[in-house]
Amino acid sequence: MTAPFIADAEILAKAQPSRPRPTLRVLTCGSVDDGKSTLVGRLLYERQLIFDDQLAALRSDSLRHGTLGEEIDFALLVDGLEAEREQGITIDVAYRYFSTPARSFILADAPGHEQYTRNMATGASNAELAILLVDARKGLLTQTRRHATIASLLGVRHIVLAVNKMDLVDYNQAVFERIVGEFESVAASLAFRSVEAIPISARYGENVVAGSANMPWRDGPSLLTYLENADVETDGGDAPLRLPVQWVNRRSDAFRGFAGAIASGRIQVGDEIVAAASGRKTKIARIVAMGGDLFSAAAPDSVMVTFADEIDASRGDVLCHPTNRPNVADQFAAHLIWMSDDSLLPGRSYLMKINGRSLAASVTEIKHKLDVDTGAKSAAKTLSLNEIGFCNIAAAAPVAFDSYDENRTTGAFILIDRFSNATAAAGIIAFPLRRATNIHLQEQSVSKATRARLKHQTPAVLWFTGLSGAGKSTIANLVESKLVERHAHTLMLDGDNVRHGLNKDLGFTEADRVENIRRVGEVAKLMVDAGLIVLCAFISPFRAERRMVRSLVGEQEFIEIFIDAPLDVCKERDPKGLYKRALAGEIKNFTGVDQPYETPESPELKLSSAERSAEAIADQIIAYLEANGMLSV
Amino acid sequence: MSLTPHLRRLEAEAVFILREAVAEFRRPVMLYSIGKDSSVMLHLALKAFYPAKPPFPLLHVDTTWKFREMITFRDQTAAHLEMELIVHTNEDGRKRGVSPFTCSSSAYTQAMKTEALRQALNEGGFDAAFGGARRDEEKSRAKERIFSHRTASHGWDPKTQRPELWRIFNTRLGAGETMRIFPLSNWTETDVWDYIAAENIPVVPLYLAKERPVVRRNGAYIMVDDERFPLAPDEVVESRRVRFRTLGCYPLTGAIESEADTLEAIIAEMRQASTSERQGRLIDFDESASMERKKREGYF
Repeated sequence: MTAPFIADAEILAKAQPSRPRPTLRVLTCGSVDDGKSTLVGRLLYERQLIFDDQLAALRSDSLRHGTLGEEIDFALLVDGLEAEREQGITIDVAYRYFSTPARSFILADAPGHEQYTRNMATGASNAELAILLVDARKGLLTQTRRHATIASLLGVRHIVLAVNKMDLVDYNQAVFERIVGEFESVAASLAFRSVEAIPISARYGENVVAGSANMPWRDGPSLLTYLENADVETDGGDAPLRLPVQWVNRRSDAFRGFAGAIASGRIQVGDEIVAAASGRKTKIARIVAMGGDLFSAAAPDSVMVTFADEIDASRGDVLCHPTNRPNVADQFAAHLIWMSDDSLLPGRSYLMKINGRSLAASVTEIKHKLDVDTGAKSAAKTLSLNEIGFCNIAAAAPVAFDSYDENRTTGAFILIDRFSNATAAAGIIAFPLRRATNIHLQEQSVSKATRARLKHQTPAVLWFTGLSGAGKSTIANLVESKLVERHAHTLMLDGDNVRHGLNKDLGFTEADRVENIRRVGEVAKLMVDAGLIVLCAFISPFRAERRMVRSLVGEQEFIEIFIDAPLDVCKERDPKGLYKRALAGEIKNFTGVDQPYETPESPELKLSSAERSAEAIADQIIAYLEANGMLSV
Repeated sequence: MSLTPHLRRLEAEAVFILREAVAEFRRPVMLYSIGKDSSVMLHLALKAFYPAKPPFPLLHVDTTWKFREMITFRDQTAAHLEMELIVHTNEDGRKRGVSPFTCSSSAYTQAMKTEALRQALNEGGFDAAFGGARRDEEKSRAKERIFSHRTASHGWDPKTQRPELWRIFNTRLGAGETMRIFPLSNWTETDVWDYIAAENIPVVPLYLAKERPVVRRNGAYIMVDDERFPLAPDEVVESRRVRFRTLGCYPLTGAIESEADTLEAIIAEMRQASTSERQGRLIDFDESASMERKKREGYF
């Protein structure tokens, strides 16, 4: 008869139930067949943490499924699922719990196969220390490097490099040293704070709990002794306060409690605090608890606080002290570990869950893909299952966050596929992005297209360029009249008029002309966003500025109209007497006199005002708009 | 008695999980099985939502074969806390006379536990159910998520479990799907008892040693809790000082001989135990993989 399994027993703790060291969360990882499960089973067995009924089950399972003949196969202790025992592999993260007099441990046993890398990342996300197993005969493998990279990325800062199966290399110190040397070069580019290398034999229990007579050259603690004493910093009270609001308790009109787990730092009654997103300040009135109110609390406590003032805070808000606040932004750069069979599509809307809040988000750009085997970065258009990319993310609204380096809670998020509800990616935030790059976000509710549809037209910029006196304003006015007759919604921006208001601080130097056109271009862009057909009549002598305005709006929305008239004709016309004054030296920087005019290279329309009437030219422009589907016939 | 840092961390985590579920689900329910784990889970819920009451009802799937003392304790607890208690029995199974004495343990569990639970969840329209299961109890539990997704037919597929990173839980459900949530996932049996002692949580007296009427059957002491117990010709009811490490249906739950009649004595005894707690559970014994099979079918 076989019996059920349990990995818990604090037999050793019976003489000394107090636990001086904080619980250690350990991840075991490494390539397939490096002996992870065997090591965990051995650890439990050696500390007599396996019950009699479990041992009986293990002996019988070993005969049936084991690979070691009459010997007990410790891997069977931890490979819990039927498929795993049949296939002899570990397909999912398994959690083990054990205590010694020195410490309690939570062990996440991660799968080694490449296709289960996402589960490895899952195990790493909550681990403080990772045991990375290496087969002494094989040395570092691709999967070993991959796991080291993922562990580092997910914020595991302490590594034990357990070089296993030393019995199969005759306990050779040189083999061990070579592997340690190899790993040092891998770790150099990763963010570990401590690396301890231990030569072990999980199968024979050498350097696992006790030392090893076969490796007298080893001068250092056994694996368990090292784990018992490992000093990993936890979310100390010294870190800045981060308290994500998880749930608002409205027991009655009079009571409003804000519940959440303190992600970092400490909080105390009377503290001035801020809700990060709104910036509203208040003070902590009470820390409510069933056994009686508390005066203070610290990470990782779950608390319920009340405020001195009625300020609005809801699930997903992050409470902090006013002097140290998280970022609040709707765009940030982050590493994504892709976990879905459906590849990442930049621009597709995913559901982002961050600090309890769920909102729409998309990847706007993949900056690069990380090759976890070599550390190389390469360009990518998508991310597939198990791939890691550094991306720009845009959320539908500003959210509060920290960089993951600073805070493993407020710097993490997941992306969820909206259709399958699968967890598509794990996100690790690097830094916020400038607001100036947020353009497309504001388009979400009412878009340019929506506004244009209401006006039944295609918004565009008709940019009239040419020498002073060429007839730009005259022709533009005629075109606008013809458009209005056809119920089009228009706006005229004329060089002279704009210089009386928006640009009255600008002169005619080259720099001021550039700024003049930049401002006009920005205004024209806004008007196009509003759905209007914008007519701009500006000398705009420089190609670069015309090109700049073209880039502000869509390529199809910019129609450059070159009103061509020879300089002599313009001088002769001289409707405002400007050429005369310029030629007399009264006006400086006059285009065509002492400043060049850069003729358009490929305007949409080039129309000669010397040969045809303004009316005829205006009709020609209307015909062009009709022909290009911008104006209904 | 103040909590050790270890227990304090476990408590904070469980409270976080309970609140997270209440914030995310439309209609949660707490599976209340009356045992020590349920007692701890209920206590944590009282703390999590204080000064409000836990915003969900308790659900007990009553096989009609629970110890009488469990039922008394259940009713007293719900009344004392003024919480809604839903008691559900598979009436079809009761009519068919499904009992642990007439059916195999797996057929009995399927009808009176698994099927009954499905019925209760469907009838109540619950989209999330808290359970007191711990990962250290059993091998397949060790790999289950804290937020464990169930298909519309309440099945569990270990191969399509969602990765669970940090403490960010993917709580999205498709039509008819539900979530099982295990706030005590990272607790051990020892943690549970240490916490009960530290927080002075009431538990069913069956956990404490006392003279009780038992018969020896299949190598275990089974308590004769009522007149429905059919004695085999060679069986004699004897009075022994026994207690239970886990509680379930009395015909399926083995007692251990013990002198431990206080919490402190239980904890001391447990620290020296050489067998696991589920050894007293006859339903797990069929084969090593039996729990995983039951869970795939919808068992908690």
